[in-house]
Amino acid sequence: MKTKIGVLALQGAVREHIYHIEQAGATGKIIKWPHELDEAAGLIIPGGESTTIGKLMVEYNFIDAIRDFYAKGKPIYGTCAGMILLAKKITEGDQPLLSLMDIEVRRNAFGRQRESFEADLNIKAIGALKAVFIRAPWIESISDGVDVMAEFDNIKVMARQGGLLVSAFHPELTGDLRVHKYFIEMVREA
Amino acid sequence: MVETGTLRVKTGLAEMLKGGVIMDVTTPEQAKIAEDAGAVAVMALERVPADIRAAGGVARMADPTVIEKIVSSVTVPVMAKARIGHFVEAQILEELGVDYIDESEVLTPADEEHHINKWDFKVPFVCGCRNLGEALRRISEGAAMIRTKGEPGTGNIVEAVRHMRSVNEGISWLKGLREDELFAAAKDLEAPYEYVKWVHDNGKLPVVNFSAGGVATPADAALMMQLGADGIFVGSGIFKSADPAKRAKAVVQATTHYTDTDLLARVSKDLGEPMVGIEISQIPEAEMMQERGW
Repeated sequence: MKTKIGVLALQGAVREHIYHIEQAGATGKIIKWPHELDEAAGLIIPGGESTTIGKLMVEYNFIDAIRDFYAKGKPIYGTCAGMILLAKKITEGDQPLLSLMDIEVRRNAFGRQRESFEADLNIKAIGALKAVFIRAPWIESISDGVDVMAEFDNIKVMARQGGLLVSAFHPELTGDLRVHKYFIEMVREA
Repeated sequence: MVETGTLRVKTGLAEMLKGGVIMDVTTPEQAKIAEDAGAVAVMALERVPADIRAAGGVARMADPTVIEKIVSSVTVPVMAKARIGHFVEAQILEELGVDYIDESEVLTPADEEHHINKWDFKVPFVCGCRNLGEALRRISEGAAMIRTKGEPGTGNIVEAVRHMRSVNEGISWLKGLREDELFAAAKDLEAPYEYVKWVHDNGKLPVVNFSAGGVATPADAALMMQLGADGIFVGSGIFKSADPAKRAKAVVQATTHYTDTDLLARVSKDLGEPMVGIEISQIPEAEMMQERGW
Protein backbone atom coordinates (compact mmCIF):
# COMPACT_ATOMS: atom_id res chain seq x y z
CA MET A 1 0.00 0.00 0.00
CA LYS A 2 1.20 3.50 -0.80
CA THR A 3 2.35 5.77 2.01
CA LYS A 4 -0.35 8.31 2.86
CA ILE A 5 0.83 11.90 3.45
CA GLY A 6 -1.59 14.51 4.77
CA VAL A 7 -1.51 18.17 3.74
CA LEU A 8 -2.97 20.63 6.24
CA ALA A 9 -5.64 22.37 4.14
CA LEU A 10 -6.74 25.39 6.15
CA GLN A 11 -5.33 27.83 3.58
CA GLY A 12 -2.40 28.13 1.17
CA ALA A 13 -0.57 26.07 -1.46
CA VAL A 14 -2.38 22.80 -0.74
CA ARG A 15 -2.96 21.37 -4.21
CA GLU A 16 0.68 21.85 -5.27
CA HIS A 17 1.82 19.70 -2.35
CA ILE A 18 -0.83 17.05 -3.09
CA TYR A 19 0.34 16.98 -6.71
CA HIS A 20 4.02 16.64 -5.71
CA ILE A 21 3.26 13.89 -3.16
CA GLU A 22 1.39 11.89 -5.78
CA GLN A 23 4.02 12.47 -8.47
CA ALA A 24 6.66 11.30 -5.98
CA GLY A 25 4.88 7.97 -5.51
CA ALA A 26 2.79 8.41 -2.35
CA THR A 27 -0.88 9.20 -1.73
CA GLY A 28 -1.88 12.78 -0.80
CA LYS A 29 -4.69 13.42 1.67
CA ILE A 30 -6.33 16.79 2.32
CA ILE A 31 -6.63 17.45 6.06
CA LYS A 32 -9.39 19.89 7.06
CA TRP A 33 -10.25 18.52 10.52
CA PRO A 34 -8.06 17.02 13.30
CA HIS A 35 -9.65 13.53 13.19
CA GLU A 36 -8.50 13.18 9.57
CA LEU A 37 -4.89 13.10 10.81
CA ASP A 38 -5.38 9.49 11.97
CA GLU A 39 -5.24 8.23 8.40
CA ALA A 40 -1.92 9.92 7.57
CA ALA A 41 1.60 8.59 8.19
CA GLY A 42 3.20 12.00 7.66
CA LEU A 43 2.02 15.62 7.41
CA ILE A 44 2.96 18.64 5.31
CA ILE A 45 2.12 22.12 6.59
CA PRO A 46 2.08 24.22 3.41
CA GLY A 47 3.02 27.78 2.61
CA GLY A 48 0.30 30.36 3.03
CA GLU A 49 -0.22 33.13 5.56
CA SER A 50 1.17 31.86 8.86
CA THR A 51 -1.07 34.15 10.95
CA THR A 52 -4.18 32.92 9.13
CA ILE A 53 -3.20 29.24 9.33
CA GLY A 54 -2.17 29.68 13.00
CA LYS A 55 -5.50 31.26 13.97
CA LEU A 56 -7.48 28.56 12.17
CA MET A 57 -5.32 25.87 13.85
CA VAL A 58 -6.37 27.26 17.23
CA GLU A 59 -10.01 27.59 16.13
CA TYR A 60 -10.22 23.93 15.08
CA ASN A 61 -8.02 22.43 17.84
CA PHE A 62 -5.21 21.48 15.50
CA ILE A 63 -2.41 22.60 17.86
CA ASP A 64 -2.79 19.68 20.27
CA ALA A 65 -3.82 17.28 17.51
CA ILE A 66 -0.62 17.92 15.52
CA ARG A 67 1.54 17.72 18.66
CA ASP A 68 -0.06 14.31 19.39
CA PHE A 69 0.52 13.29 15.77
CA TYR A 70 4.23 14.08 16.15
CA ALA A 71 4.40 12.39 19.58
CA LYS A 72 3.31 9.17 17.85
CA GLY A 73 6.53 9.34 15.82
CA LYS A 74 4.94 10.63 12.61
CA PRO A 75 7.13 13.07 10.60
CA ILE A 76 6.10 16.62 9.65
CA TYR A 77 7.44 18.88 6.88
CA GLY A 78 6.75 22.64 6.98
CA THR A 79 7.35 24.96 4.01
CA CYS A 80 7.58 28.74 4.59
CA ALA A 81 4.51 29.41 6.81
CA GLY A 82 4.76 25.77 7.87
CA MET A 83 8.34 26.36 9.04
CA ILE A 84 7.19 29.33 11.15
CA LEU A 85 4.41 27.26 12.72
CA LEU A 86 6.77 24.39 13.64
CA ALA A 87 9.33 26.67 15.34
CA LYS A 88 9.76 26.89 19.12
CA LYS A 89 10.09 30.66 18.86
CA ILE A 90 9.65 33.55 16.43
CA THR A 91 11.99 36.53 16.57
CA GLU A 92 9.39 39.27 16.36
CA GLY A 93 5.65 39.34 16.78
CA ASP A 94 3.17 37.03 18.34
CA GLN A 95 1.15 34.28 16.76
CA PRO A 96 0.00 30.72 17.55
CA LEU A 97 2.83 28.17 17.14
CA LEU A 98 3.16 24.39 17.37
CA SER A 99 6.53 24.94 19.14
CA LEU A 100 7.91 21.54 18.13
CA MET A 101 11.31 22.25 16.58
CA ASP A 102 14.33 23.76 18.32
CA ILE A 103 14.73 26.67 15.94
CA GLU A 104 14.01 30.38 16.11
CA VAL A 105 12.47 31.80 12.93
CA ARG A 106 12.20 35.39 11.70
CA ARG A 107 9.04 36.06 9.69
CA ASN A 108 9.23 37.92 6.33
CA ALA A 109 12.98 38.09 6.99
CA PHE A 110 13.92 38.46 3.32
CA GLY A 111 11.51 41.40 2.90
CA ARG A 112 8.27 42.19 1.11
CA GLN A 113 7.04 40.79 -2.21
CA ARG A 114 9.32 42.94 -4.40
CA GLU A 115 12.28 41.27 -2.63
CA SER A 116 10.91 37.75 -3.28
CA PHE A 117 13.40 35.77 -5.37
CA GLU A 118 14.60 32.56 -6.98
CA ALA A 119 18.11 31.26 -6.25
CA ASP A 120 20.26 28.15 -6.66
CA LEU A 121 20.85 26.20 -3.47
CA ASN A 122 22.96 23.19 -2.60
CA ILE A 123 20.99 20.95 -0.24
CA LYS A 124 22.57 18.29 1.93
CA ALA A 125 21.53 14.77 0.84
CA ILE A 126 19.59 16.22 -2.12
CA GLY A 127 21.98 18.35 -4.19
CA ALA A 128 21.64 21.47 -6.35
CA LEU A 129 18.10 22.88 -6.48
CA LYS A 130 16.40 26.00 -7.80
CA ALA A 131 14.56 27.47 -4.80
CA VAL A 132 11.62 29.91 -4.80
CA PHE A 133 11.46 32.31 -1.82
CA ILE A 134 8.22 34.31 -1.36
CA ARG A 135 8.11 36.89 1.45
CA ALA A 136 10.17 34.18 3.06
CA PRO A 137 11.21 33.66 6.66
CA TRP A 138 14.70 32.48 7.67
CA ILE A 139 16.09 30.44 10.52
CA GLU A 140 17.58 32.91 12.97
CA SER A 141 19.18 30.33 15.27
CA ILE A 142 19.18 26.60 16.05
CA SER A 143 19.80 24.45 19.09
CA ASP A 144 21.89 21.27 19.33
CA GLY A 145 20.34 18.38 17.50
CA VAL A 146 19.14 20.45 14.55
CA ASP A 147 20.86 19.64 11.28
CA VAL A 148 21.13 22.57 8.81
CA MET A 149 20.50 21.20 5.31
CA ALA A 150 20.85 24.36 3.21
CA GLU A 151 22.08 27.92 3.45
CA PHE A 152 21.67 30.94 1.19
CA ASP A 153 24.24 33.72 1.68
CA ASN A 154 25.21 32.11 5.03
CA ILE A 155 21.56 32.23 6.15
CA LYS A 156 19.94 28.96 7.25
CA VAL A 157 16.98 28.16 5.01
CA MET A 158 16.41 24.41 5.45
CA ALA A 159 16.86 22.14 8.45
CA ARG A 160 15.94 18.76 9.95
CA GLN A 161 15.56 17.60 13.51
CA GLY A 162 14.61 13.93 13.69
CA GLY A 163 11.14 13.65 12.19
CA LEU A 164 10.80 17.38 11.56
CA LEU A 165 11.81 18.96 8.25
CA VAL A 166 11.51 22.67 7.39
CA SER A 167 12.33 24.87 4.41
CA ALA A 168 11.96 28.63 3.96
CA PHE A 169 11.41 28.06 0.22
CA HIS A 170 8.74 26.32 -1.86
CA PRO A 171 9.76 23.11 -3.68
CA GLU A 172 6.05 22.63 -4.49
CA LEU A 173 6.17 25.62 -6.86
CA THR A 174 8.80 23.96 -9.09
CA GLY A 175 8.74 20.74 -11.08
CA ASP A 176 11.40 19.26 -8.78
CA LEU A 177 10.20 16.27 -6.71
CA ARG A 178 13.38 15.50 -4.77
CA VAL A 179 12.47 17.29 -1.52
CA HIS A 180 9.10 15.53 -1.44
CA LYS A 181 10.80 12.18 -2.18
CA TYR A 182 13.21 12.87 0.67
CA PHE A 183 10.30 13.56 3.04
CA ILE A 184 8.34 10.49 1.88
CA GLU A 185 11.47 8.43 2.64
CA MET A 186 11.56 10.00 6.14
CA VAL A 187 7.94 8.90 6.64
CA ARG A 188 8.62 5.36 5.41
CA GLU A 189 11.59 5.03 7.77
CA ALA A 190 9.70 6.39 10.78
CA MET B 1 22.16 33.48 -9.49
CA VAL B 2 19.46 35.44 -7.68
CA GLU B 3 16.43 36.70 -9.61
CA THR B 4 13.61 38.91 -8.30
CA GLY B 5 10.28 39.75 -9.93
CA THR B 6 10.10 36.50 -11.95
CA LEU B 7 6.71 35.19 -13.09
CA ARG B 8 7.09 32.25 -10.70
CA VAL B 9 7.66 34.56 -7.75
CA LYS B 10 4.70 36.74 -8.80
CA THR B 11 2.24 33.91 -9.34
CA GLY B 12 3.69 32.12 -6.30
CA LEU B 13 2.41 34.72 -3.85
CA ALA B 14 -1.09 34.33 -5.29
CA GLU B 15 -0.77 30.54 -4.82
CA MET B 16 0.00 31.18 -1.14
CA LEU B 17 -3.18 33.27 -0.77
CA LYS B 18 -5.41 30.44 -2.05
CA GLY B 19 -8.30 29.40 0.17
CA GLY B 20 -8.10 32.76 1.91
CA VAL B 21 -9.99 36.03 2.16
CA ILE B 22 -8.60 39.43 1.13
CA MET B 23 -10.39 42.33 2.80
CA ASP B 24 -10.74 46.01 1.87
CA VAL B 25 -9.57 48.29 4.69
CA THR B 26 -9.29 52.06 4.98
CA THR B 27 -7.50 52.51 8.34
CA PRO B 28 -4.80 50.70 10.39
CA GLU B 29 -7.53 49.79 12.92
CA GLN B 30 -9.59 48.05 10.23
CA ALA B 31 -6.43 46.33 8.96
CA LYS B 32 -5.83 44.90 12.44
CA ILE B 33 -9.44 43.69 12.68
CA ALA B 34 -9.05 41.99 9.30
CA GLU B 35 -5.73 40.37 10.25
CA ASP B 36 -7.10 39.22 13.62
CA ALA B 37 -10.09 37.67 11.85
CA GLY B 38 -7.70 35.62 9.68
CA ALA B 39 -7.56 37.63 6.42
CA VAL B 40 -4.66 36.44 4.21
CA ALA B 41 -4.09 39.97 2.90
CA VAL B 42 -5.65 43.41 3.04
CA MET B 43 -6.48 45.90 0.28
CA ALA B 44 -5.50 49.42 1.38
CA LEU B 45 -8.05 52.01 0.24
CA GLU B 46 -9.21 55.52 1.06
CA ARG B 47 -12.83 54.48 0.66
CA VAL B 48 -14.53 51.11 0.20
CA PRO B 49 -16.33 50.59 -3.13
CA ALA B 50 -19.82 51.31 -1.67
CA ASP B 51 -18.59 54.75 -0.57
CA ILE B 52 -16.81 55.34 -3.87
CA ARG B 53 -20.08 54.52 -5.63
CA ALA B 54 -22.02 56.89 -3.36
CA ALA B 55 -19.48 59.73 -3.65
CA GLY B 56 -19.25 59.71 -7.46
CA GLY B 57 -16.64 61.86 -9.21
CA VAL B 58 -13.17 60.57 -10.12
CA ALA B 59 -11.81 57.79 -7.89
CA ARG B 60 -8.00 57.59 -7.80
CA MET B 61 -5.16 55.70 -6.11
CA ALA B 62 -5.23 56.15 -2.31
CA ASP B 63 -3.04 58.73 -0.58
CA PRO B 64 0.39 57.10 0.04
CA THR B 65 0.11 58.08 3.73
CA VAL B 66 -2.98 55.86 4.09
CA ILE B 67 -1.17 52.99 2.36
CA GLU B 68 2.04 53.37 4.42
CA LYS B 69 0.11 53.40 7.69
CA ILE B 70 -1.66 50.19 6.74
CA VAL B 71 1.57 48.56 5.51
CA SER B 72 3.21 49.23 8.89
CA SER B 73 0.22 48.04 10.94
CA VAL B 74 -0.02 44.39 9.76
CA THR B 75 2.30 41.51 8.81
CA VAL B 76 0.03 40.00 6.13
CA PRO B 77 0.57 41.16 2.52
CA VAL B 78 -0.89 44.55 1.56
CA MET B 79 -2.49 45.21 -1.81
CA ALA B 80 -3.48 48.58 -3.26
CA LYS B 81 -5.46 49.74 -6.27
CA ALA B 82 -4.28 51.69 -9.32
CA ARG B 83 -6.57 53.05 -12.02
CA ILE B 84 -6.85 50.97 -15.22
CA GLY B 85 -4.00 52.07 -17.51
CA HIS B 86 -2.44 54.42 -14.93
CA PHE B 87 1.07 53.02 -14.92
CA VAL B 88 2.46 55.94 -12.90
CA GLU B 89 0.10 55.19 -10.00
CA ALA B 90 1.43 51.63 -10.29
CA GLN B 91 5.03 52.88 -10.23
CA ILE B 92 4.27 54.82 -7.04
CA LEU B 93 2.62 51.79 -5.42
CA GLU B 94 5.64 49.65 -6.31
CA GLU B 95 7.89 52.29 -4.74
CA LEU B 96 5.78 52.21 -1.55
CA GLY B 97 6.46 48.49 -1.24
CA VAL B 98 2.91 47.14 -1.61
CA ASP B 99 2.89 43.39 -2.22
CA TYR B 100 0.27 43.29 -5.00
CA ILE B 101 -1.30 45.95 -7.24
CA ASP B 102 -4.97 45.66 -8.22
CA GLU B 103 -5.49 47.36 -11.59
CA SER B 104 -9.08 48.00 -10.69
CA GLU B 105 -12.39 48.96 -12.28
CA VAL B 106 -13.46 50.27 -8.86
CA LEU B 107 -11.37 53.37 -9.65
CA THR B 108 -12.07 55.63 -12.61
CA PRO B 109 -10.10 54.37 -15.65
CA ALA B 110 -7.16 56.51 -16.78
CA ASP B 111 -6.94 54.89 -20.21
CA GLU B 112 -9.92 53.58 -22.17
CA GLU B 113 -7.78 51.64 -24.64
CA HIS B 114 -4.69 50.29 -22.90
CA HIS B 115 -4.26 48.46 -19.63
CA ILE B 116 -0.92 48.70 -17.80
CA ASN B 117 1.96 46.69 -19.30
CA LYS B 118 2.42 44.64 -16.16
CA TRP B 119 5.55 42.88 -17.45
CA ASP B 120 7.39 46.16 -16.74
CA PHE B 121 7.03 45.70 -12.97
CA LYS B 122 8.64 43.54 -10.29
CA VAL B 123 5.53 43.80 -8.12
CA PRO B 124 2.75 41.42 -9.23
CA PHE B 125 -0.69 42.55 -10.45
CA VAL B 126 -4.21 41.23 -10.01
CA CYS B 127 -6.84 42.24 -12.59
CA GLY B 128 -10.59 41.81 -12.93
CA CYS B 129 -12.43 39.87 -15.64
CA ARG B 130 -15.98 38.96 -16.65
CA ASN B 131 -15.14 36.06 -18.95
CA LEU B 132 -12.29 33.86 -20.19
CA GLY B 133 -11.22 36.17 -23.01
CA GLU B 134 -10.86 39.12 -20.64
CA ALA B 135 -8.90 36.97 -18.17
CA LEU B 136 -6.48 35.84 -20.89
CA ARG B 137 -6.00 39.40 -22.19
CA ARG B 138 -4.99 40.53 -18.70
CA ILE B 139 -2.68 37.52 -18.24
CA SER B 140 -1.03 38.26 -21.58
CA GLU B 141 -0.35 41.78 -20.29
CA GLY B 142 1.43 40.25 -17.29
CA ALA B 143 -1.27 39.83 -14.60
CA ALA B 144 -0.10 37.16 -12.12
CA MET B 145 -3.52 36.74 -10.55
CA ILE B 146 -7.11 37.15 -11.78
CA ARG B 147 -10.32 37.92 -9.97
CA THR B 148 -13.78 37.91 -11.43
CA LYS B 149 -15.23 41.42 -11.31
CA GLY B 150 -18.75 41.04 -10.00
CA GLU B 151 -20.32 44.44 -9.35
CA PRO B 152 -18.32 46.13 -6.57
CA GLY B 153 -19.96 47.97 -3.70
CA THR B 154 -23.40 46.42 -4.20
CA GLY B 155 -23.47 43.57 -1.68
CA ASN B 156 -25.21 41.69 -4.49
CA ILE B 157 -23.59 38.39 -5.50
CA VAL B 158 -25.41 37.95 -8.82
CA GLU B 159 -22.71 39.47 -11.04
CA ALA B 160 -19.90 37.60 -9.26
CA VAL B 161 -21.76 34.35 -9.96
CA ARG B 162 -22.33 35.30 -13.60
CA HIS B 163 -18.64 36.07 -14.16
CA MET B 164 -17.30 32.98 -12.37
CA ARG B 165 -19.65 30.71 -14.32
CA SER B 166 -18.70 32.46 -17.53
CA VAL B 167 -14.94 31.94 -17.00
CA ASN B 168 -15.43 28.29 -16.07
CA GLU B 169 -17.78 27.63 -19.00
CA GLY B 170 -15.13 29.14 -21.27
CA ILE B 171 -12.51 26.78 -19.89
CA SER B 172 -14.77 23.72 -20.32
CA TRP B 173 -15.56 24.76 -23.88
CA LEU B 174 -11.88 25.21 -24.80
CA LYS B 175 -10.96 21.86 -23.28
CA GLY B 176 -13.42 20.10 -25.55
CA LEU B 177 -12.22 21.67 -28.80
CA ARG B 178 -10.00 20.00 -31.40
CA GLU B 179 -6.50 21.47 -31.82
CA ASP B 180 -7.38 22.87 -35.25
CA GLU B 181 -10.33 24.77 -33.75
CA LEU B 182 -8.18 26.75 -31.31
CA PHE B 183 -7.20 29.42 -33.85
CA ALA B 184 -10.82 30.44 -34.40
CA ALA B 185 -11.41 30.15 -30.64
CA ALA B 186 -8.62 32.69 -30.07
CA LYS B 187 -10.37 35.00 -32.52
CA ASP B 188 -13.72 34.58 -30.77
CA LEU B 189 -12.20 35.09 -27.32
CA GLU B 190 -10.12 38.05 -28.56
CA ALA B 191 -7.20 36.52 -26.67
CA PRO B 192 -3.68 35.49 -27.75
CA TYR B 193 -3.49 32.00 -29.28
CA GLU B 194 -0.64 30.80 -27.00
CA TYR B 195 -2.76 31.37 -23.86
CA VAL B 196 -5.85 29.83 -25.49
CA LYS B 197 -3.73 26.76 -26.31
CA TRP B 198 -2.39 26.62 -22.74
CA VAL B 199 -5.90 26.60 -21.26
CA HIS B 200 -7.00 23.94 -23.80
CA ASP B 201 -4.01 21.73 -22.85
CA ASN B 202 -4.20 22.22 -19.07
CA GLY B 203 -7.94 22.66 -18.47
CA LYS B 204 -7.46 25.62 -16.13
CA LEU B 205 -6.21 29.21 -16.05
CA PRO B 206 -2.43 29.64 -15.83
CA VAL B 207 -2.88 31.82 -12.69
CA VAL B 208 -5.03 31.80 -9.56
CA ASN B 209 -8.62 33.13 -9.92
CA PHE B 210 -10.36 34.73 -6.93
CA SER B 211 -13.93 36.00 -6.73
CA ALA B 212 -14.70 39.68 -6.09
CA GLY B 213 -17.53 42.18 -6.24
CA GLY B 214 -20.63 41.50 -4.15
CA VAL B 215 -19.68 39.13 -1.32
CA ALA B 216 -21.61 40.18 1.82
CA THR B 217 -22.20 36.96 3.81
CA PRO B 218 -20.39 33.71 4.70
CA ALA B 219 -22.85 31.93 2.40
CA ASP B 220 -21.84 34.22 -0.49
CA ALA B 221 -18.17 33.33 0.08
CA ALA B 222 -18.89 29.59 0.23
CA LEU B 223 -21.08 29.85 -2.90
CA MET B 224 -18.18 31.37 -4.86
CA MET B 225 -15.76 28.74 -3.54
CA GLN B 226 -18.14 25.94 -4.53
CA LEU B 227 -18.39 27.51 -8.00
CA GLY B 228 -14.60 27.15 -8.29
CA ALA B 229 -13.03 30.33 -6.92
CA ASP B 230 -9.52 29.92 -5.48
CA GLY B 231 -10.25 32.53 -2.80
CA ILE B 232 -12.36 35.58 -1.97
CA PHE B 233 -12.07 39.36 -2.07
CA VAL B 234 -14.51 41.15 0.25
CA GLY B 235 -14.80 44.85 -0.37
CA SER B 236 -17.56 46.75 1.35
CA GLY B 237 -19.17 43.62 2.81
CA ILE B 238 -17.15 43.60 6.04
CA PHE B 239 -16.79 47.20 7.18
CA LYS B 240 -20.22 48.32 5.94
CA SER B 241 -21.85 45.71 8.18
CA ALA B 242 -22.97 46.05 11.80
CA ASP B 243 -20.30 43.82 13.39
CA PRO B 244 -17.20 43.75 11.13
CA ALA B 245 -14.96 41.61 13.39
CA LYS B 246 -17.54 38.85 13.76
CA ARG B 247 -18.56 38.90 10.10
CA ALA B 248 -14.91 38.90 8.95
CA LYS B 249 -14.15 35.82 11.02
CA ALA B 250 -17.28 34.08 9.76
CA VAL B 251 -16.38 34.77 6.12
CA VAL B 252 -12.86 33.38 6.70
CA GLN B 253 -14.25 30.19 8.23
CA ALA B 254 -16.83 29.78 5.46
CA THR B 255 -14.06 30.13 2.86
CA THR B 256 -11.91 27.42 4.50
CA HIS B 257 -14.76 24.98 5.03
CA TYR B 258 -16.92 25.93 2.06
CA THR B 259 -18.58 22.53 1.67
CA ASP B 260 -19.20 21.93 5.38
CA THR B 261 -22.88 22.82 5.75
CA ASP B 262 -22.89 22.27 9.53
CA LEU B 263 -20.11 24.85 9.94
CA LEU B 264 -21.72 27.21 7.39
CA ALA B 265 -24.98 27.16 9.36
CA ARG B 266 -23.13 27.80 12.61
CA VAL B 267 -21.01 30.76 11.41
CA SER B 268 -23.98 32.37 9.65
CA LYS B 269 -25.83 32.89 12.96
CA ASP B 270 -26.23 36.23 14.77
CA LEU B 271 -23.92 38.28 12.55
CA GLY B 272 -26.00 41.46 12.86
CA GLU B 273 -27.08 43.54 9.89
CA PRO B 274 -25.21 42.92 6.60
CA MET B 275 -24.40 45.84 4.33
CA VAL B 276 -27.41 47.25 2.50
CA GLY B 277 -27.50 45.68 -0.94
CA ILE B 278 -28.25 47.27 -4.30
CA GLU B 279 -30.37 45.61 -6.98
CA ILE B 280 -28.27 45.63 -10.19
CA SER B 281 -31.14 46.87 -12.39
CA GLN B 282 -31.34 50.00 -10.20
CA ILE B 283 -27.78 51.04 -11.19
CA PRO B 284 -27.62 53.43 -14.16
CA GLU B 285 -25.60 51.86 -16.98
CA ALA B 286 -22.93 54.58 -16.80
CA GLU B 287 -22.27 53.67 -13.17
CA MET B 288 -21.66 49.95 -13.75
CA MET B 289 -18.06 49.41 -12.65
CA GLN B 290 -17.71 46.02 -14.38
CA GLU B 291 -18.00 47.69 -17.79
CA ARG B 292 -14.71 49.49 -17.21
CA GLY B 293 -11.76 47.86 -19.03
CA TRP B 294 -12.20 45.40 -21.91
